[in-house]
Amino acid sequence: MAECHPVGFQWVMEAKARGAKVIHVDPRFTRTSAMADLHVPLRAGSDIAFLGGIVNHVLRTGAYFRDYVAAYTNGPVILREDFRDTEDLDGVFSGFDAGNRGYDPSSWQYRGVDVQAASGQRDLRFEKLNESPAVPEAARGESHGAGGPTIGEGEPERDETMTHPRCVLQVLKRHYARYTPEMVERICGVPQDLFRQVCDLVTENSGRDRTTALAYAVGWTQHTVGVQYIRAASVLQSLLGNIGRPGGGILALRGHASIQGSTDIPTLFNLLPGYIPMPHAHQKQDLDAFVRADAAPKGHWGNMRAYLVSLLKAYWGDAATAENDFCFDYLPRLTGSHSTYETVMAQLDGTCKGYFLMGENPAVGSANAKLQRLGMANLDWLVVRDFSLIESATWWKDGPETETGELRTEDIATEVFFLPAAAHTEKDGSFTNTQRLLQWHHQAVEPPGEARSDLWFTFHLGRIVREKLAASTDPMDRPLLDLTWDYPTSGALAEPDAEAVLAEINGRDAEGAPLSGSEQLADDGSTSCGCWIYCGVHAGGVNRADRRTPGDRQDWIAADWGWAWPANRRVLYNRASADPDGRPWSERKALVWWDAERGEWTGHDVPDFTKDKPPGHVPAKDATGPEALSGTDAFIMQADGKAWLFAPSGLTDGPLPTHYEPQDSPFPNLLYGRQRNPVRHLLPPHADNRYQPSAGEPGSEVFPYVATTYRLTEHHTAGGMSRWQPYLAELQPEFFCEVPPGLAAERGLTHTGWATIVSARAVIEARVLVTDRMAALTVHGRRLHQVGLPYHWGPNGYSTGDAANELLHLSLDPNTHIQEAKAFAVDIRPGRRPRGPAARELVLRYRARAGIDAETGTEL
Amino acid sequence: MTDDIARAAGHTDPPPRMGFFTDTSVCIGCKACEVACKEWNAIPEDGLELTGMSYDNTQGLGASTWRHVAFVEQRTPPPGAAHGGAPDDVDVFDAARNLTGSPGGGEVRWLMASDVCKHCTHAACLDVCPTGSLFRTEFGSVVVQEDICNGCGYCVSACPYGVIERRPEDGRAWKCTLCYDRLGVGMEPACAKSCPTESIQFGPLEELRERAAGRLAQLHAAGAGDARLYGEDPRDGVGGDGAFFLLLDEPEVYGLPPDPVVTTRDLPGMWRHAAAAAVSLAALAVAGFAGRPR
Repeated sequence: MAECHPVGFQWVMEAKARGAKVIHVDPRFTRTSAMADLHVPLRAGSDIAFLGGIVNHVLRTGAYFRDYVAAYTNGPVILREDFRDTEDLDGVFSGFDAGNRGYDPSSWQYRGVDVQAASGQRDLRFEKLNESPAVPEAARGESHGAGGPTIGEGEPERDETMTHPRCVLQVLKRHYARYTPEMVERICGVPQDLFRQVCDLVTENSGRDRTTALAYAVGWTQHTVGVQYIRAASVLQSLLGNIGRPGGGILALRGHASIQGSTDIPTLFNLLPGYIPMPHAHQKQDLDAFVRADAAPKGHWGNMRAYLVSLLKAYWGDAATAENDFCFDYLPRLTGSHSTYETVMAQLDGTCKGYFLMGENPAVGSANAKLQRLGMANLDWLVVRDFSLIESATWWKDGPETETGELRTEDIATEVFFLPAAAHTEKDGSFTNTQRLLQWHHQAVEPPGEARSDLWFTFHLGRIVREKLAASTDPMDRPLLDLTWDYPTSGALAEPDAEAVLAEINGRDAEGAPLSGSEQLADDGSTSCGCWIYCGVHAGGVNRADRRTPGDRQDWIAADWGWAWPANRRVLYNRASADPDGRPWSERKALVWWDAERGEWTGHDVPDFTKDKPPGHVPAKDATGPEALSGTDAFIMQADGKAWLFAPSGLTDGPLPTHYEPQDSPFPNLLYGRQRNPVRHLLPPHADNRYQPSAGEPGSEVFPYVATTYRLTEHHTAGGMSRWQPYLAELQPEFFCEVPPGLAAERGLTHTGWATIVSARAVIEARVLVTDRMAALTVHGRRLHQVGLPYHWGPNGYSTGDAANELLHLSLDPNTHIQEAKAFAVDIRPGRRPRGPAARELVLRYRARAGIDAETGTEL
Repeated sequence: MTDDIARAAGHTDPPPRMGFFTDTSVCIGCKACEVACKEWNAIPEDGLELTGMSYDNTQGLGASTWRHVAFVEQRTPPPGAAHGGAPDDVDVFDAARNLTGSPGGGEVRWLMASDVCKHCTHAACLDVCPTGSLFRTEFGSVVVQEDICNGCGYCVSACPYGVIERRPEDGRAWKCTLCYDRLGVGMEPACAKSCPTESIQFGPLEELRERAAGRLAQLHAAGAGDARLYGEDPRDGVGGDGAFFLLLDEPEVYGLPPDPVVTTRDLPGMWRHAAAAAVSLAALAVAGFAGRPR
C-alpha cells in the first residue's frame, strides 16, 4: 500500500502512530513491509491456503465473534442434503459438470428454499443458458450484479446453536479443517511460528472492543481464483465481526484514480450503472420478466425495477414510456462474454473490427501483450486516446513483432488514429475512490494543443454520429437517436459541462427537481436517475462531491468532505456495528445505534438501515423488498439480509474459497486431487498462448521459479502517465527484476547485470537487482526462489525496457475474466535475450524441452 | 539564539527561524519530496541511471537534486546466531561476491531517509562566497541568488555535507532554498507539502526541536534504542542545522558525515597564524635590510 498508494498510506501511518499493528503479507519486502510491524513473505498464488489457515485457526480455537456470526451471517443456516464439499469430492463441489467445465449451483442452496419455485423466467433463463454454449460464459457470476444472486423463495432453515452438522458454520469447519499451520507452512512457505503470530494478532484485535481491517491491492483479483481470494477475506472478516464496524472492512485498493467510479458507472461489458446486470439475449424477455428474474425478492435489490426504469428514463427521456417498456429493448443484449481478453480473441478471428483505447496501454499492460498487438493488427481501425505515443499506438511500426519479423508494417491494414487526451488537471470531473468517496476536481489549465477531455470526445463523437444518422429510418438507429444527448457546452472548445452530467446521474423528479436519495426512485417513469447508488450526490442542486470542509473542522466521520455513495454513508452495513438489540457492541466501537425514545436509528454515521425499523421488527410473511428485512438483517443488499460465510449462489467456481494452484505452478496441490481451479476460464487454444506443465507433469522443471508482477511507487501501471515524465523516469530509469541472493548464485546472475526471463509465451530481459528483500522460502520441502517483475515498461518513452506482461498467459478468473498476472512460473538465466527471430526460437526451444502442446495445462 | 543569525545578517525584527525536521522513521520512500522540489523549483532532470543502490537512483544531493531519498537495505544477524566477529571484520566486497544464498533468519530492514541542505547555523558556503550571492534570509535559511553567483565554486568545497554543487551546463552553484519564494507568501516548502506521512515537517526550529525530542523519547520507549537526532544540537560543529533529522542508525549508514564541522571554523586562527607569520617575515626582512653591511 505504501508502494502503490503512498497518499492513502498516510492513514495507515496515522493508525500506527495511535498504536495499530500493521501486518504485511507479500512475497516481497516492499516499502509497506518497511513500515509494518510484521512482514510475512509467502509464495505468490498461495493466499487462499494462508487465509483458509487463519479461518481454520479462528474456528478451531473458537476465536470467532459468536454473537455477531449468529445474528448477522448465514452461519446458522442449514444446507441441503445433497450438498457435497471439496472434502467429499477431492477438490470439486457437488454440481460439477466436467463436460461443460462448470457448476450447477442448485445443490449449494439453503434447505427450505425452494429453487424450483423461483420465478418462471429464471427457469427459462436456465433452459436458455443450457442450450447455448456461448451464453454460460457470460452468465457466470457478474451477470447477477453486485447483490443480484438470488436465493429463491422460502425461509431458510436455521439452527441458532450452529451445531447442526449441515449448518454453514459446521460445513465451514470441515472445509478448512486440513488448512493447518503445518499445511500453511508447506504450501505457502510461511513458518508456523510466523503464521501463529499473524493468527494471534488478528484474533486478539477483533471482537467487541476491537476491529481489524484488511486492505488488498487489486493483485489479489489477478488469479484464476481471484474472486475466491476476496471471498476468503470476507469469510474471515465476517467470522471475526469486522464488517459494518468502524476500523473493519475489506478495502480494495484500486489500481487507478476512479477505477471504483468506473465500476460504479461501469466500463464493464456486463454491468449497467449501479451494478444492475446487463440483460442477456433471451427471446421475449421484457422489462417485467427481466426484473422478475434478476431482482431479489428480499432486500434493497427488491427495488431494482425503480432503479432500472429511472436509468432508462435518464438514457432516453421522453422517448421512454410505460407503453414501450421504457425503451428496455433499446439496451444492448449479451450473447456471450465480451471481456477484454475475449475481445482480443474476437479481433484475432476477425469479428471485432474497431477498438477504442482510452487511457489504456494493452500492448504493455495486459496479459500476453503479444496477443494484444496481434489482435490490434487484425483490426480495421484503432483509436488511441492518451497523453503520449504509447506502445499501443505505435506497435505497427516498432513493436517487438516488427523486430522478430512476425509483423511487417506494410502488411498491417489497421488504420490507427492517435488523439491526445487531456489530463485530470485540464478538466472538471469527479474521482470515486476505494471507500466510495466522490471527490470533485476543477480544471486548473486548458489542455495543450489538440488534447481534449474524454467527456469532450465522447459527447462530440455521439453528437456527430447522431447528426449523421438523423435522417435514418432504420429501427436499429432509434436507441442512438432517442438518447438524451443535450449537455450544455462552454468555451472555445465547446467543453461539455461535467456537473450537468453529475446532475443527470443524481437524477430528477417529474418536475425536473434534483432527487435527494434513491428511496425516492419510482418504477413508473416519474423519476430519472443515471446511477441509483449515486442518487443524492447532487441533492438540492448542490455538488456534494465538491465539499471540502477540513478534518479539523468536523467530527471523525468527516461527512462534509466529498460525498460517499450511498447516501453519504461512510461505513456500509453499519447496522452490524450495533448488537441485535440495537446497542453498540462496545462504546469504543460505537457507530450507529437504535434510539428507542425517538424510535429511530442514529449515530455518528448515516445508518445503513431503514431509519424507523426497530431491532425487534419481524416482517410480514408476504413482505417483499426492503420490507421483508427483519430488524437484525444488517446486510440489507443481500437476498437474505446476511453476510455470507458460504455463498449459495452468485459464484461460478464454488460456494467456499478453496486452494487451487495457479495455472502455471511448479508445485502440486497438496490439499486436493485437483491441481488447478477446475472451472477457470481458459481461452481457445492459440499458438501464442501456450500453458506450462505443472508440478508432477514432465517438463515442469523447465520453469522452476515462481514469478509475480507488480508496480513501483515511481511509475503508474503500463507507464503512459510516468515513463514520459523525466522527473519520474529518472527515479526508476529502466526495467529490472528482483531476485534473492540464492537465486543469483544458482543462476549466475550479477547485481545490475542482465537477466533473460522465459515463459512458454515469451522471452524478455531485465537488469538484475539482487536483494534480501526477496526472501527465499521453503515450500513443500524445497527451497523456492521467486522473481519479482515490475510491469511498467515498454519500448517507448523516456524510460524504457521490456514489458513483463509479455510472459503472461490467458487463463482467467471464471467470475471476472481477470488474468492471472500475480503468480506464474518462469526460467531465468544470465545475460541479454536474443534479438530478432532468435528470440522466438528460444521460446520454441523451451516449449519443446517442456513438451508443451495445445493441450498442456488445459486439464480439468 | 535562533533569531540571532538572521539579526546578525542584518535583518531587523526577523520572523522565527524556520527549518525542517525530517523524521526518517516514518519515511515511506515515495520520493514525492524529490519530485515536488523539482517541479516547484524547475530543476532539470539529471540522469537516468539504474545504480543498483536499492531503489536510490538519485544517488545524492547536487546542483539538480535538492531533496534526495536514500534507501538502505540491512539484514540484522539472526537471533542467537554465533557472532562471526564485529561487522568491521567483514569484507563487504568479498561477501557480495560470494552471495551463496540468504543466511536465513534475521530481519530485513529497509531504511529510507530524505536528505536536504542543512541550512547550517554557521554556514561555510556563505562565509566563503565572494560575491554575496549566498545570503542568510530573514527565516534563517541560506539561499543562493542565481543572478549573482559567478560560479567560483568556493562554496562547493566549503560545504561540510557536500550539498551545494555547480551545474555543469551553466557553472553556477545551486542548492535548496527552503523554498524561499513560498515562505515569503506564507506557504510551506514544496517537499514538506507533498510528504504524505509527515516525515518532512516544516516549522519554527524551536518548535521542531521540541517535537523531535518527544518523538525520540517515544521511539526509545518503544525499544528503538538506536534512534537518534542528527544536526539538532546547537553545540555541534556547525552550530546546529536548520534542517535536522531523526535517524534509526549511524549517520554514516545514510551517507551523512558523523561529525560535521564548519570548514571555516579555523579561518580566524589560520588568519592569526598567517598574520603572525607575515609579521615575522616582515621583521626578518627588515632585520635583513637592517643588518646588511653597507
